[in-house]
Amino acid sequence: MMKTKKPFFSAKNLTVTPYAVWMVLFVLIPIGLVVYFAFTDANGTFTLENLSYIKRYAETFWLSVELALISTVICLLLAYPMAFIIAKMPTERQGSAILLIMLPMWMNFLIRTYAWMTILENNGIINRFVGMIAQWLQIEFEGFSMINTNGAIVLGMVYNYLPYMILPIYTVLTKIDNSLIEAARDLGSSSVHVFRRIIAPLSVPGVISGITMVFVPAVSTFIISYLLGGGKTYLIGNIIENYFLGSSGAINYNVGAALSLLLMILIVVSMGIMNHFDKDSESVGGGMIV
Amino acid sequence: MSKHLKRLYSFLIFAFLYAPILVMVVYSFNGIKSRSVFEGFSLQWYKALFEDSLILESFSNSLIIAALSALIATVIGTFAAVGINKMKKRTRSAYLFVNNIPVVNPDIVTAISMMILFVFFVSVTKMFEMGFWTLLIAHITFNIPYVVLNVLPKLRGMDNNIYDAALDLGCPPIKSFFKVVLPQIMPGIVTGAIMAFTLSLDDFIISYFNSGTSFQTLPITIYSMTKKPYSPKINALSTLLFVFVLVLMLIVNLRQTRTAKDKKKKEKS
Amino acid sequence: MKKIITFALCFVIVFSFATVLAGCGNSYDATINVYNWGEYIDLSVISEFEKEHNIKVNYTTYDQNESMYTKIISGSADYDVVIPSDYMISKMISEDLLAELDFSNIPNYSYIDEQYKNLAFDPENKYSVPYTWGTTVILYNDKYVSAEDVAEQSIDLLWNEKYAGYILMFDNPRDSFGLALKKLGYSMNSTDKNHWAAAAAELQKQKPLVSAYVMDLIFDKMISEEAYIAPYYAGDWLTIYEQNENVKCYIPSEGANLFVDSMCVLKSSKNKQAAEKFINFMCETDIAVRNAEAIGYATPHTGAFEALDASVTGNEFVYPSKEKLAETEVFVNLPQDILTLQSNHWIDLKID
Repeated sequence: MMKTKKPFFSAKNLTVTPYAVWMVLFVLIPIGLVVYFAFTDANGTFTLENLSYIKRYAETFWLSVELALISTVICLLLAYPMAFIIAKMPTERQGSAILLIMLPMWMNFLIRTYAWMTILENNGIINRFVGMIAQWLQIEFEGFSMINTNGAIVLGMVYNYLPYMILPIYTVLTKIDNSLIEAARDLGSSSVHVFRRIIAPLSVPGVISGITMVFVPAVSTFIISYLLGGGKTYLIGNIIENYFLGSSGAINYNVGAALSLLLMILIVVSMGIMNHFDKDSESVGGGMIV
Repeated sequence: MSKHLKRLYSFLIFAFLYAPILVMVVYSFNGIKSRSVFEGFSLQWYKALFEDSLILESFSNSLIIAALSALIATVIGTFAAVGINKMKKRTRSAYLFVNNIPVVNPDIVTAISMMILFVFFVSVTKMFEMGFWTLLIAHITFNIPYVVLNVLPKLRGMDNNIYDAALDLGCPPIKSFFKVVLPQIMPGIVTGAIMAFTLSLDDFIISYFNSGTSFQTLPITIYSMTKKPYSPKINALSTLLFVFVLVLMLIVNLRQTRTAKDKKKKEKS
Repeated sequence: MKKIITFALCFVIVFSFATVLAGCGNSYDATINVYNWGEYIDLSVISEFEKEHNIKVNYTTYDQNESMYTKIISGSADYDVVIPSDYMISKMISEDLLAELDFSNIPNYSYIDEQYKNLAFDPENKYSVPYTWGTTVILYNDKYVSAEDVAEQSIDLLWNEKYAGYILMFDNPRDSFGLALKKLGYSMNSTDKNHWAAAAAELQKQKPLVSAYVMDLIFDKMISEEAYIAPYYAGDWLTIYEQNENVKCYIPSEGANLFVDSMCVLKSSKNKQAAEKFINFMCETDIAVRNAEAIGYATPHTGAFEALDASVTGNEFVYPSKEKLAETEVFVNLPQDILTLQSNHWIDLKID
């Protein structure tokens, strides 16, 4: 192999050129523009004023993080056993099971979220059904109010992103070497012990990627909060949307960019924390195997 | 976990995942225009759907954007992966870092960053409006990284000796690439292309911020339908989409199991 | 499997190009982009126009003036015909967004009632052709709302704690603040910042009672009795009433908003003539009748008014009496500082 001193411009890397140009033009420059807009005012002069809006929307940020975290935890609790059950199925049935998990994801998420509107309404399917049972049992039933609450938003998040949690956990679980588990069993470990000392640590990478795949879209959503929150709850995604396509009549790219920048930093930081956990667990798990 | 508990749990999860879809499907056959009362069976909403030129047009727009963006992204991404694979570790990780930005960033941030670029460009040049081209560029941009991520592992796992042998035997590099490398990484390219196609077909957030007026994709039309008085046409539409996806996946799955069985048979014999 | 997928993909690609080619099959003389309110036209009118004039219409909708305006000034839109309300028209005129119409291309303009010409938002009537008019009303379902609560015909009904969780509210700041300002006895066009702060507090107070902030979803929610009380536009009430006769309405005694929505052509339009043809087509008597029947709003078109059923034109809410109209107020274009204040208060309401 020849050694080239300038890998960026050598003929060998010519195949990368269109890609490099594209990514600079449409990924790096736009991000640069977000940063530029975040620190300037409408006339293009430097200002830190946009950042003061972060203080104004601190509670909204916190609410978005809170709802996204709750959804992520629920997804994890629901997904882990499911992934485990599928991973333990006979191989030929695993494929169909995963297919069934993925199928809803292929439907447009707007339609799926919209469907929940009709289920959760005061006159929706759940309330009608429970009402019918109550009537049959001759019990007074006032109806649950579910739609247009934060609970409905969390439900929408869990529903939309649950498959994103199941799939990566399933993938790592299938990769765990069965002989390892059998060996532990032979050495007299209980099932609980095997799970705690072998399966759980080894599945951490799947859990981590599941968490990011659920948390990131959940924390930045503006559709789920709009459709299932009745326009009463603004999450940070709604605020950003408002500043760019504003229905409240105030478009302000600068403030919107500042908030987006913060959102981006929030994601990077949380992923950094996640990766930190990941490394720790790998070393622990590695130690276990040896 | 006991067997019954496992069954019950799987059943509940699948019920949760499929309940809304079932509801959509059932009410698409509703005889009346209601989303809570079911009265009589009818196909009228399917008929209405096929008479709605707005929906049909946006559906064909979606297909056009998805096919074109997947095609272009696959070409750019595959060549990029070949180049990146040959790079030294540090340059490669720099490239991969940039590659991951659109994957990791929340969609809304990617969307508004591109919107700022386009609006900025439009206001400076006054040359064109947001529309087909901005939408296509945006879709290609978020598709490329997925192609790269799918092709790269195949390149790594490839046996380089065959390529070197082809070169040694006097085959020109370009021809050896097409004859030797491409067939080996084809599965990665196909997976990447399919992923790009479906991501693009399904995308709402990035299209919502970067589409103009004359060219709207299906998800944008669906979004505007959710803001209007209810029409069971949306149910009919989702039922058809679901059936389409179901059939496609069943075919793929059947093929898979059949090849798996064939393999087993061969192994036995 | 690979082959199947490749095949499927090729199929889709070929199919999509086929559709493009098929689309090119019938060539139109011109294309115009029409941006209208949702549920604001008889859709068959569009295809009829396309056939008759061989002009392709890209028809899209918005659900509030503000989002239409945002789309236009962001430069992301190339609309030809838009149908904004009064105050938005004056704002767009002042910002030089609208084109002066060539009325020789719109002979049907003569059908428009003199009463709706040269209004304050377009004093010399150079930019707009009135399409509909009406007032805001308060809708209530008399199955659930007791007669004594509506006896006063007041805006206060929207703040009545008895109906907490069954009240809907406009999802746009101009209409919502208009109601709150009127409730407090101020002008909807007040420029006193204290009035706006008081109105904002009033909306905050209402928020726990509100089931949802919505626009066109009001139709479903009122018809299916998901909610009992809502403010909306008189013409839409008629559409709702036709499907659920329990939904009644009244024009609030504190005074309602009178609006006129007019067809305008944007300055950036590349097909001004085709756009004017479209406006003229919309003003043909039979077309105006069909639109008025489909959407239920009051028409300023004299020919259509005469042709419409007397039960519609005699309706006291859709076509209110002169005395009632005297109590109404038309929105004017607010100064920028008040608009900023309004949107800040609105966002505060939503994030609280």
